[in-house]
Amino acid sequence: MSSRERVLGRVRRALADVREEHPDTGATGGAAHTDGGPARDGVARDYLRVHGERTAAERVELLATHLADYRARVHRTDPAGLPDTVAALLAARGARRVVVPEGLPADWLSASAATPVPDTPALSARDLDAVDSVVTGCAVAIAETGTLVLDAGPGQGRRQLTLVPDHHVCVVHVPGQVVDSLPQALERLVPHRPLTWISGPSATSDIELSRVEGVHGPRALDVVLVTTDAPSTASSSPR
Amino acid sequence: MPTPPGAAPAFPDAAERSTRDTTLRNNLRRATHTIRAKRAAAVAELADWGELRAAGAAIKDHTLRHLDHYLEQVEAAVTAAGGQVHWAVDAAEANAIVTRLVRETGEREVVKVKSMATQEIGLNEALAAAGITAYETDLAELIVQLGHDLPSHILVPAIHRNRAEIRDIFRTQMGRWGRPAPAGLTDEPAELAEAARLHLREKFLSAKVAVSGANFIVAETGTLVVVESEGNGRMCLTLPETLISVVGIEKVIPSWRDLEVFLQLLPRSSTAERMNPYTSMWTGTTDGDGPAAFHLVLLDNGRTDALADQVGRQALRCIRCSACLNVCPVYERAGGHAYGSAYPGPIGAILTPQLRGTVSALDASLPYASSLCGACYEVCPVAIDIPEVLVRLRERVVEGGPVTVRGTRAVIRPARGHAAERAAMRAARWAFEHPRALRAGQRLASRTRALHPRHLPGPGRAWTRGRDLPEVPAESFRDWWQRTRGERGTA
Repeated sequence: MSSRERVLGRVRRALADVREEHPDTGATGGAAHTDGGPARDGVARDYLRVHGERTAAERVELLATHLADYRARVHRTDPAGLPDTVAALLAARGARRVVVPEGLPADWLSASAATPVPDTPALSARDLDAVDSVVTGCAVAIAETGTLVLDAGPGQGRRQLTLVPDHHVCVVHVPGQVVDSLPQALERLVPHRPLTWISGPSATSDIELSRVEGVHGPRALDVVLVTTDAPSTASSSPR
Repeated sequence: MPTPPGAAPAFPDAAERSTRDTTLRNNLRRATHTIRAKRAAAVAELADWGELRAAGAAIKDHTLRHLDHYLEQVEAAVTAAGGQVHWAVDAAEANAIVTRLVRETGEREVVKVKSMATQEIGLNEALAAAGITAYETDLAELIVQLGHDLPSHILVPAIHRNRAEIRDIFRTQMGRWGRPAPAGLTDEPAELAEAARLHLREKFLSAKVAVSGANFIVAETGTLVVVESEGNGRMCLTLPETLISVVGIEKVIPSWRDLEVFLQLLPRSSTAERMNPYTSMWTGTTDGDGPAAFHLVLLDNGRTDALADQVGRQALRCIRCSACLNVCPVYERAGGHAYGSAYPGPIGAILTPQLRGTVSALDASLPYASSLCGACYEVCPVAIDIPEVLVRLRERVVEGGPVTVRGTRAVIRPARGHAAERAAMRAARWAFEHPRALRAGQRLASRTRALHPRHLPGPGRAWTRGRDLPEVPAESFRDWWQRTRGERGTA
């Protein structure tokens, strides 16, 4: 007997009492549901979809507050001011080489003196380690938790781009890319894409619970909130 | 879970030693009290915490009640997304699978994301026996590994170490495993973290194989989720060519939407944050992004035995947040090592004896490693009634009875060493049914109190091994009542 059959056999024997409760159902137990799975016995979803009512402006404000709580640095501008803002953030870090994911709007880096390093499959983790900064967009941002979600879409690139360089500049279109809550964010995301949720810079509390920023991921996270009605750079669409 | 070494002391013996270690007690008290207060504040932010908690418990219960269905769904979804699924009945099989998969890559080193499942099965030791070096990359796990130590907390495995101890470990040990600690390393947390960053970055950039666990697997989509803070998880999950994830079968949740419950419950309960710094989600493999090969090892290792117990199965709801450790008066004083397993604290006291059985003295003692105060149940984000399961397991240890051991129904006999407890319970029952005898006994006890020992001799020794006998008062309550209020009432 294969281990697969042994484990599944043990599960089924262990659940004999459950089967007795539902004698009419088959080996998988439970009545068939519309999604083909067992009916959700006893799962009430009476928790809140959103914690509080907010205007779009208040939502963006909450996002900024929570990002700052996690020691991300928050900046605000409009589309016309974005190139200068990005250039200033890179200059303040002394960034000389900046990795650029595929699909990043060309004008974002147009005012920067740093050398753009376009992402290619040949660019290895060691190559990235020699890069100072990365500039990306995001798929969605969550106000209640202060979280940015990247889904590897255009302007975001491979997961390691935002991991190996020590400085990450993330551009968020507000209010369009901002949702209130985690349940709303999940609705916007496509599970089959590789997803990275970022809440502040890398941190550890393993030494006497004192928080230290920047263990293995980027030590500095600059978030640029760009007020715009333009379509987002997110590739995800609501499910 | 591997049976603990024969020499592993029972909880009362281990705890008696550790409670005398004042450094340990100070490190622990400071840490648990800090995190406890922060957690309460993080939870208080959500007005619907009670509803989220109930939903979390219900989703996990539902999944467990249909686990066969969801495991098959996981297998199909992960396979369709380009991953390979392996099934492991026990620790030995899981270790053999991982060892074979690493060997097939031709590599002799792996980087590891902190994972309870691989701690549980002793993967690092098994890989070492096969000539493969496993590097722990979580800062706390690194401290534990370099210090030839064992983890003592689910979330903060090196919670028992203070900064001076950590500096000494880094200074003396880092060079043996790779890049040595910088000269003049102080005990500032930021400097220590920087030393770890430099030490580990070389490993991340050269590693071809990584091993992880997972916090959740979404059955509907085949998506794995790892929640972390440092970025070492992201490094391991995205840089190597091959990723092997060892995941307990209880980690499954049915749908993508269910994450909305658990991603709210877990960070606030564990690190007391609105959201942990990094969460990674991946489904099989993605061309050009992350590992080209992904293996999922589904681990039983006693979980189906726990599933067979209608009271005990709720322990499988656990999402390993460690909130129960931080509120437990017994954990705070005894420390994590006393529990003799990867899972310390209240959850360990109910999980370990169910996964391993109650045959060894250590495992039979774990259901007693509690004051039954109920604080663990109060904070549990998936509402595991830990005291209820503790009592159930105590009954099993003392009375014996039907259990499932490695998938087979069996009847276990009462554990040895508990004959005195059974006799005492019978004696107490008799005494309460015979009030005159009870009264006489109490008077006798009061008059002879100067002669009473601190520990019981003979068969009662087991009971007083881990506790001091209470002192008998100079006067029994009955006599005191009679003397002070007797004239007003009845005796």
